[in-house]
Amino acid sequence: MQSVNTAAVDENDQPGTEHSEAVVEDGDQYLTFIMAGEEYGVDILCVQEIRGWETATPIPNSPNHIKGVINLRGTIVPIVDLRQCFGLEAIEYTPVTVVIVLKVDTDKGSRIMGIVVDAVSDVYSLAAAEMKAAPDLGDAVNTDYIRGLVGVDGKMVILLEINRLLSMDDIPNLAEVSRQMLAGSADA
Amino acid sequence: MSIDLSQFHQVFFEESFEGLEVMESSLMELDPNAVDGEIINSIFRAAHSIKGGSATFGFDVVADFTHVLETLLDEIRDGKRGITQDGIDLFLRAVDCLRELLSQLQQGDEPETEVAQELKQAFEAILRDSDGGSGGDAGAAAGPAEPASASEQSDAAAAETRWHVYFRPGTDTLRTGNDPMRMLRELAALGDIALAPVVDALPSFSALEPECCYLAWEISLSGAIEKEQIEEIFEWVADESEIRISAQAPAAAAAHRWSIAFRPGADMLRTGNEPVRMLRELADLGELRVEVQAQQLPAFAQLEPERAYLGWQMTLVTEVEKSRIEEVFEWVVDESELSITAAQGTAAEGTAAEPAAREPAAAPQAVKAVEAAAAPKPAAKPKPKPKAAGGGEANKKPVETSSIRVGIDKVDNLINMVGELVITQSMLGQLGNDFEIGRLPNLLEGLTQLEHNTRELQESVMRIRMLPISFAFSRFPRMVRDLSRRLNKKMDIALSGEQTELDKTVMEKIGDPLVHLVRNAVDHGIELPEERIASGKPEEGRIMLNAYHQGGNVVIEIVDDGRGLNRERILSKAVDKGLISERDAGSLADEQVYDMIFHPGFSTAKEVSDVSGRGVGMDVVKRNILALNGSVEISSKAGEGSKITIRLPLTLAILDGQLVRVGSHTYIFPLVSIIESLQCKSSLVNQVAGGCDVFQLRNEYVPIIRLYDVFSIEPDSRNLDDSLMVVVECDGEKVGVVIDDLLAQQQVVIKSLEQNYQKVEGISGATILGDGTVALILDIPGIVKIAGVRHHDDNRVSSLAQSHSELMMASASA
Repeated sequence: MQSVNTAAVDENDQPGTEHSEAVVEDGDQYLTFIMAGEEYGVDILCVQEIRGWETATPIPNSPNHIKGVINLRGTIVPIVDLRQCFGLEAIEYTPVTVVIVLKVDTDKGSRIMGIVVDAVSDVYSLAAAEMKAAPDLGDAVNTDYIRGLVGVDGKMVILLEINRLLSMDDIPNLAEVSRQMLAGSADA
Repeated sequence: MSIDLSQFHQVFFEESFEGLEVMESSLMELDPNAVDGEIINSIFRAAHSIKGGSATFGFDVVADFTHVLETLLDEIRDGKRGITQDGIDLFLRAVDCLRELLSQLQQGDEPETEVAQELKQAFEAILRDSDGGSGGDAGAAAGPAEPASASEQSDAAAAETRWHVYFRPGTDTLRTGNDPMRMLRELAALGDIALAPVVDALPSFSALEPECCYLAWEISLSGAIEKEQIEEIFEWVADESEIRISAQAPAAAAAHRWSIAFRPGADMLRTGNEPVRMLRELADLGELRVEVQAQQLPAFAQLEPERAYLGWQMTLVTEVEKSRIEEVFEWVVDESELSITAAQGTAAEGTAAEPAAREPAAAPQAVKAVEAAAAPKPAAKPKPKPKAAGGGEANKKPVETSSIRVGIDKVDNLINMVGELVITQSMLGQLGNDFEIGRLPNLLEGLTQLEHNTRELQESVMRIRMLPISFAFSRFPRMVRDLSRRLNKKMDIALSGEQTELDKTVMEKIGDPLVHLVRNAVDHGIELPEERIASGKPEEGRIMLNAYHQGGNVVIEIVDDGRGLNRERILSKAVDKGLISERDAGSLADEQVYDMIFHPGFSTAKEVSDVSGRGVGMDVVKRNILALNGSVEISSKAGEGSKITIRLPLTLAILDGQLVRVGSHTYIFPLVSIIESLQCKSSLVNQVAGGCDVFQLRNEYVPIIRLYDVFSIEPDSRNLDDSLMVVVECDGEKVGVVIDDLLAQQQVVIKSLEQNYQKVEGISGATILGDGTVALILDIPGIVKIAGVRHHDDNRVSSLAQSHSELMMASASA
């Protein structure tokens, strides 16, 4: 935590940082990325590295959002497409498509995984107080995976609870869930 | 400052288990009829370190128990006592018991002491026996011990010994937290005590410092007391105090008589040691008689002034302890031949114990003791240290522990390789800095070198995990011995190829199957002695364990010369169990018949013994070996014995793989599972009952699995005529797997998928190919299972798909 604080103070010391009003001491730092126009944030301490998309080896009979595994300096790392995970429309991967490699704590110890996102955006320091709990969105979105919502420069950033989202036994296919929900509501 | 000792526990346990193994194997080597001092010594050393360690860490149960063991061993070592087969058995049981105690302690459990108590009592009984006067036998008299025990008779004769102890604590004793009063009280607890304080050192009252200890005591103690017991009380203060313990003749303090044979190593003078100084020091200790042994002295012309040629045979009459004498030789003990033997001169009844008077009588005795008891010993002294520190222990290591001890040569080798790698790297780096196309050959050469370095490095690193198979073999002599006694059979076990190296993980997993196979050989294979004689074989059965490298495999053979497998009995059992029909029984090849004993629940033993025959086992053995990517086969000849051959891959981390392609995907078959590869012909394919396809492979039919179906991927072609088929073995059955193309064969390093992802059915792991991409390694049984499930569940799957599409429709219309 110490390093985070120092980093926050450092940023404070630099006048004219574009989001300086969002920087508060004792805050956690979040790396944000863009997906389908929305900005999502993950705890920066989870982030191992950011790399460009490279072709992954598909795993047979795995769900759609598991793109496969890649060789990360000798470690086999699975890649998850967060768009498909969230039920967003899949897009073509290009050389500028970004993979964020995360270290996730699960019941079975820590795991390294990559998530495919549209683009990496920024790093914010956010205080816990600024964070609003996600409102109950009914059954449409499972809010377990959302740590909270926070406003930065008038934009809304969705902070993800990455440990819960990617705890592996069952990476949720939210698309599937919401589709079923829709089906349910259609029946009603 | 307090030190947390628990951080050393793990090391202690590891070392103790090693020690126990040394004890066990040494005990196995021990022949009651010809006691080898070196063996006894190594047992003693192991016991001693366990005792020392356990006392330090406060594992009193272990310490007390080993102490008794050690006392007995010490007497055997000094030749005061013989050893019998029963004695060895008792020691072996003690080793088991210690192992049990230690593993309980290791797991943090309260140790169960019942067995230990029982054994301890047994040992104490033996010890008491000889104190009572029989003069030393652990059950029965043994040749070598007798002369020595005769010399000891006088000492042992008096069960009620009177000891005279002179105890002068160091002045600082109180400051170090030791309390002489406590020691005296402990002494008093041993027997009748008479104390006389010695006050000569007491200063005048004004000079008296309250924290100093000025007093000394003359103590006379009587009772059935061992000298060790007294020494133990003073254990902590022995260094700083003056302590003399002597068995008391009515008046005179008697001296020990030590017989010392000392032959310095030839290079001793060069190492700066001076034998004459040592002799002088000895002379200071007491009365010394020296005989020079100059047999090795060369002719004057060849004499090198810097070499030591002489040896000495000394008799020392002194009050000091053996340890004090050893101290004199402390620096040279490794390079010299040294033996120190007590020629107990404590002579309780020697009233006129003047050395001069006794000497003529005692000296021959001493010499005799040297000849008899120490005959195997002279070589014993110099060896112990190097062995304890090096080879012996470094190699002997229980398989269970999670750490690994690596020979220093392997590490040195590794460091050399890394050195070379660094050089190559810097060369390439320089080449890269100012590269021009003309230097391309240099670059290629550098890359070749890099490849070479990398491969060597890889091999060296792999070798670190390799252990000689003796770790797995070492338990068998004991096991066979115990079993043969229980079963009243006579047999001998021979090990060969113990130095064959095997991956540590493989070793751990192969241990149990091997135990089972050897046990089977003992129980079912080797016949009873009468039976053997009747069939014209030597009475003693023979089991051989063999290990050697063959290709990339380690082959382990278990051979016995027993009755062999009974084809008829196996067949009738197989028919009983419905494994085969009676009609087929006749046509089966021997191998097929023998292979049946690997079926679950198959035992042909007529009677279930507690050794084997319950029918669990052989199938487990086979499963374990297959899980290691290995294979097992049996050959046997009725009446002549059987041979079980196990083949194992050298390591689990690397696998010989066959790369195959299906569509755009590359997969890897473990090479061991492939029987053959061939062009698929649709004319040879038939569909059985509308479900599974079978391929006519010469004269048998093998089911076909289409990999693209199993993995739901797009192949080049669904037409069988364009495809290749790999015939693989799965649980003894052949299965054809349809693929698009065969690629290279190569060794691949197995990486775990589960570490960061999860188990994937049909995939046993992943590896990284030369171009840096990941390829998946196929798990044949998994694939067969998926294929099987698909066939059975086809209907269910389609109905699921249907309901899913209905759902989609519903949501779309909403």
